[in-house]
Amino acid sequence: MRKHAIVCRCEDITEQDVIDAIHQGYTDLEELRRRLRIGMGPCQGRVCISLVKKILEKETGQRVSEESFPTSRPPLIPISLGSLAKKKRGKE
Amino acid sequence: MKKKADVVIIGGGVNGTAIAYRLAKAGMDVVVVEKKYLSSGATGKCGAGIRQQWSTRENTELSIQSVRMFETLSDELKMDIEFRQGGYLIINHDEKELKQSEKNVEMQRSLGLDVSIIEPSMIPDIVPVLDVKGMKAVGATFCPTDGHANPFLTTFAFANAARKHGATIYTHTLVEDITINENRIASVETSKGSIKTSWVVDAAGVFSKDIASLVGIDVPNKAYRKEVLATERLQPMFQAMVISFKDGVYFSQQQEGQIVGGIPIPEEKVGYHTMPTFSFLQHMSQTITRYVPLLKQVNMLRHWTGFYDVTPDARPILGEDIKVKGFVHCHGFSGHGFMLSPMVSKILAEYITDGKVSPVLERLTLERFEGADLTQEQNVVG
Repeated sequence: MRKHAIVCRCEDITEQDVIDAIHQGYTDLEELRRRLRIGMGPCQGRVCISLVKKILEKETGQRVSEESFPTSRPPLIPISLGSLAKKKRGKE
Repeated sequence: MKKKADVVIIGGGVNGTAIAYRLAKAGMDVVVVEKKYLSSGATGKCGAGIRQQWSTRENTELSIQSVRMFETLSDELKMDIEFRQGGYLIINHDEKELKQSEKNVEMQRSLGLDVSIIEPSMIPDIVPVLDVKGMKAVGATFCPTDGHANPFLTTFAFANAARKHGATIYTHTLVEDITINENRIASVETSKGSIKTSWVVDAAGVFSKDIASLVGIDVPNKAYRKEVLATERLQPMFQAMVISFKDGVYFSQQQEGQIVGGIPIPEEKVGYHTMPTFSFLQHMSQTITRYVPLLKQVNMLRHWTGFYDVTPDARPILGEDIKVKGFVHCHGFSGHGFMLSPMVSKILAEYITDGKVSPVLERLTLERFEGADLTQEQNVVG
């Protein structure tokens, strides 16, 4: 039975997509991320990575350490380029 | 772990995996050793661009031939690497840059490249969202066959094809030592065991210098920290990569819709520090919104740090070492390793399998730095 539950809402990736990629040989959280773009959307992995970790552990039978979680990239929440481009007050 | 191999390639980036594919396809027994995961180094951090507009003949030749290979690579490797040719638009800001562009275009055209000088008024025809006045453009050059591909997928495609031809790839495996017997490579000692071999390819990116030092070779490469940012996904707005050598900025819209780009960090220093900086974000945002004002409303999702493995003339070091037989240099790409990988891997694989020395290889040896007369690559961004 195919597993249609959405794992990554930003990139529209299902549990089955993750399972298929694992069986193609992408057995590293970082490689799965780069293959499927999991964790590269607006949530930056906060929603999906723990779920992907569980699927990976189930499919490979091996524990995945939290140290192997993909690097957290700044910023914490999306921010507009216009806000970032603003000059500091008084330095105009 | 395997006890012996014809060739041990150090580094699971795009060049390491591409060489593995070509050697395995030619029937050689190949092992790739990668200390983290595939594409974890410069390949996976890069801006994904593929360009043929250079100031030096070597880079232009290598990249023209690489583009021809990129055009058929998805079919050859049986995996979509998202290669697309939207061109590269290089913005010029003053007379000096225009003069250099004229010189470059003349050399590039003599090698058969379709490239032209563009008047400022023509720029919006190529990238409509650009503000010609805001970016202070006095001209530009455009090559329609330049483009992009997905660096992760290209690396995975090379790695998968290499495995199909019998190559073995060990990730999360560290090279600890390399032994030599009578000036010839004898074995590679890794964290998972020893592999007997007579060939080693040093494709370890910014760590190539450390690998070379294991066999007593000193390479002049320096690690330069670079930062890149990515925005949220947007509807397709433009196809071309936009770059400026004077501002150091580059950006493009990727296939998935995000804008990806970079610029030199204002207080940049040589060395290996991975923490991204706020000053990069501010400098990049100020520049990119000057080039494309409508991006002010667009959200930035993440930014990251990667490294350029830079040589004194910004051209790669390729080929077998003259002192240590069997040690093959494949590093010093100075920010251009991804785009040159199809041709570089072909040249080095042909050298290892057949001893064939291409003319480009003769000009990109480590020994060139001993001479006084270096031809500097001028067209470097980021």
